[in-house]
Amino acid sequence: MSDSQETTSSQTLYEKLGGEAAVDAAVDIFYRKVLADYRINRFFDNSDMEKQAAKQKAFLTMAFGGPNNYSGQDMRNAHAHLVKMGLNASHFDAVMEHLGATLTELNVPAELIAQAAAIAESTRNDVLGK
Amino acid sequence: MRSITIGESTFSCQPDETVLETLLRENMQVPNGCRQGLCQACMMRSLDNPPPVSAQAGLKDTLQKQNYFLACVCHPEQDMTVALPNRQGASIEAVVVKKQLLTPDIVHLVLEYQTRFNFFAGQFVNLKRPDGLTRSYSIANIPHDENTLEFHIRRLPNGQFSSWVYDELELGAQLTLSEAQGSCHYLPGRAEQPLMLVGTGSGLAPLYGIIADALAQEHSGPIHLFHGSRDLNGLYFIDEMRELAEQFDNFHYTPCLSGEDIESDHIRGRAHDIALSSTETLNGWRVFLCGHPEMVNQTKKMAFMKGASMADIYTDAFHVLQGNK
Repeated sequence: MSDSQETTSSQTLYEKLGGEAAVDAAVDIFYRKVLADYRINRFFDNSDMEKQAAKQKAFLTMAFGGPNNYSGQDMRNAHAHLVKMGLNASHFDAVMEHLGATLTELNVPAELIAQAAAIAESTRNDVLGK
Repeated sequence: MRSITIGESTFSCQPDETVLETLLRENMQVPNGCRQGLCQACMMRSLDNPPPVSAQAGLKDTLQKQNYFLACVCHPEQDMTVALPNRQGASIEAVVVKKQLLTPDIVHLVLEYQTRFNFFAGQFVNLKRPDGLTRSYSIANIPHDENTLEFHIRRLPNGQFSSWVYDELELGAQLTLSEAQGSCHYLPGRAEQPLMLVGTGSGLAPLYGIIADALAQEHSGPIHLFHGSRDLNGLYFIDEMRELAEQFDNFHYTPCLSGEDIESDHIRGRAHDIALSSTETLNGWRVFLCGHPEMVNQTKKMAFMKGASMADIYTDAFHVLQGNK
C-alpha cells in the first residue's frame, strides 16, 4: 500500500480517497450527521430519503474530486428554493463541519480532508445564491 | 448500431448515445433530471436482457435484480427492450380459488394463474375487476408449483374495491393482474444478517411472504417480526406465526397492540417503537417496513439514524386513495 503511494503521487484526490467505495462508506455517516443536526435538518427533510441520499452522494463525489458534471449554475438552481427558505452561511458552515467530521471518522489524513473541504468550499457562493 | 424497443416503437441508438438521449431525440416522454446517474428520475426496466452493470450503480439491490437501470448513463451493449416503471402493461388472468375471513376486517384471498408469472414474495400487483376498477395488493406467498397468489385484503370504510371483494367476489370469478412490482423483497446473500420486520395491519402480508422466502432460502441470522395493530381485529395469523417461531429457532415473533383498554396479553405499544427499542443498534441489520405510510416513513428515518444503512432498508407504504376509495 505505502509502496504504491510513493510511486503514484500523480493520483487524483478521488483516487487517494478511495473512489466510489469511499463515497459509499461516507454517505450514510454524512447523511446521518446532517439529519441529526437541528440547525439544518429542515433543509434535508425530504419524504424520499433514497433520493435525498443520492443527492448527498453526488455532493460527496464532487467534494472528493470525483467525476461530476455540476456547473455553478446547476448548484444555484438546485439550491434556489432552499435560499428562499432561509439558507445562509451558517448552514453552509454546518454542512462543512459534518463533511470534515465524516472524513475524520473514516480516518482520512488531515491533508486530504483539507483538499476535499477546499473543493466543497468553492461552491459556497453558488449554493447560497450570492 | 443498437436498437431500443419501447412499447410499439423501435429506435436506433446512435454510437455514443445513451438510452435517454435516443428516446428524447425521438420525442418520447421520459422523466429525467441530473443526466449523470444520480437523481434516478429516468429509471427504466430492461424487459429482455440484464442491462449494463454500470447503468445500475446506486440502485437498490432488489431493483438491480429486476433489471432496472438509469437511462441517462446507459450505453446499450446489445439491442434492448425497455419500459418505464409500472408501464409494462402485461396483464394476466387469474381465478379466485379461496376466500376466507382472517379477522372481521381482513380477508384471505387466493388467486390461481395459468400463464407464466414471475414475482418475489413481498412485491405487489394491481388487481383489476371486470369494470376496470383497480387496486394494489401485496403478495403474501413465495412462488410455488400451485401457481397461486395469496393476498390479505383489509376492508376499508367505504372502500369500493375491498367492499366488493368482501360482499360480491365469488369463487371462480376472474380478475386481471398486472406484473409484480416493488422493491421490498428478500434477496439471498448475507444469510447471517439480522433482519427486522415491522408491519401494521395487513402490512403483515408482504412481510409474511418475505419471511417465508428468507426461511426457504436458509437465512441463518435472527429474523425479528413485530406486527402491530390498534385493536385485536387487526392482528391475525397469530397461531401461524407462533408455530413458525417454534419450527425455526432464528425466527422471533412479537404481536403488539397500540389501542387502550383492550384485554389481552400481547405487548402494549406501537410495533415500531417496540421494535426500535428492542436493540441497541441497527448497524448491519436489514430492515423491512410495511403498512401505514406514516409508520413506514417515520420508522425508516429512525432505523437509519439507529445505524441501518440506507441500502439495507426496504419499505412498502400502503397509501389509501383519498376521496375515491
